[in-house]
Amino acid sequence: MLEKGSKAPDFELNATPDQKIKLKDFKGKNVILAFYPADWSPVCSDQMALYNEMLNYFSKYDAQILGISVDSVWCHLAFSGDRKLHFPLLADFEPKGEVSKAYGVYDEETGESKRALFVIDNEGEIAWSYLSPTAVNPGADGILDALEEIKKK
Amino acid sequence: MSTLKPSLSDKDHIQASESATVEIVEFGDYECPYCGDAYPIVKEIQETFGDQISFAFRNFPLQEAHPFAFPAALAAEAAAVQGKFWEMHDALYDNQHRLAEDIFTELAETIGLDLEKFEKDSQSEEIKQKVDSDFESGVRSGVNGTPSFYVDGTKFDGGVLDLYQMLKESAE
Repeated sequence: MLEKGSKAPDFELNATPDQKIKLKDFKGKNVILAFYPADWSPVCSDQMALYNEMLNYFSKYDAQILGISVDSVWCHLAFSGDRKLHFPLLADFEPKGEVSKAYGVYDEETGESKRALFVIDNEGEIAWSYLSPTAVNPGADGILDALEEIKKK
Repeated sequence: MSTLKPSLSDKDHIQASESATVEIVEFGDYECPYCGDAYPIVKEIQETFGDQISFAFRNFPLQEAHPFAFPAALAAEAAAVQGKFWEMHDALYDNQHRLAEDIFTELAETIGLDLEKFEKDSQSEEIKQKVDSDFESGVRSGVNGTPSFYVDGTKFDGGVLDLYQMLKESAE
């Protein structure tokens, strides 16, 4: 898993069937990457629902959150619509798990992303990363602490 | 380990006697079914342990998931202005199955609030800020879903039944 101080690998993933998102697009902003195993499973849903309620806190720190799993864009669309999520879910679908692997958070056994958080600063450097036990929703306090640290710099 | 930030103060709603030795704080959402399920068990914990525990409640409404969670939190805080937070808190959970926009005035009337004042307070900026600041404290304290419990300032890793069990064991 990539740690604090590493350069965040760039990526280009579909957020919707016809919209691609690059990490580079957010240059100058802080970015939160939330890798999670799968749409629809109960714990992830709570985790994404929590982040969905926190978008105004993230924007206070000039930060954009992106969810990433190996689910396809169509699955993400249905999930995101059902839970009324207001941030992009990216499909690490083809080649499967490529971005998760680049960040060192791909679970070869289950074929899913691990539950991991990265806070990337406005210069594209990883400022904080955290690997959560798969069954545990890591909450958001770690993310906010990391954003607070960046702000102090 | 996540801890309660900030600690309880006189801005909080706390049911306590002076002899309480264990402090329990719940972050809850009035529309969340799991909080609704936890509500009678919290009551049972309070009855079982009586004066030994203090119990406080902070609002953690998930507004996107639960459209009535935020207005319900406002109603409880507006009732608090008239010294009836817990009456409204209980009424909201007792009526969780029929939460709707028009229920708050009805509940306010049932628990004997000054309705005009209640309506005004429900819409005040101060009450809204109280609910927002509860939510923010939850986020800062590592709340990852509702209900989340804190025992003596530390996040309790489990549900309300685990909490009940833990208290029973530590009382033995």
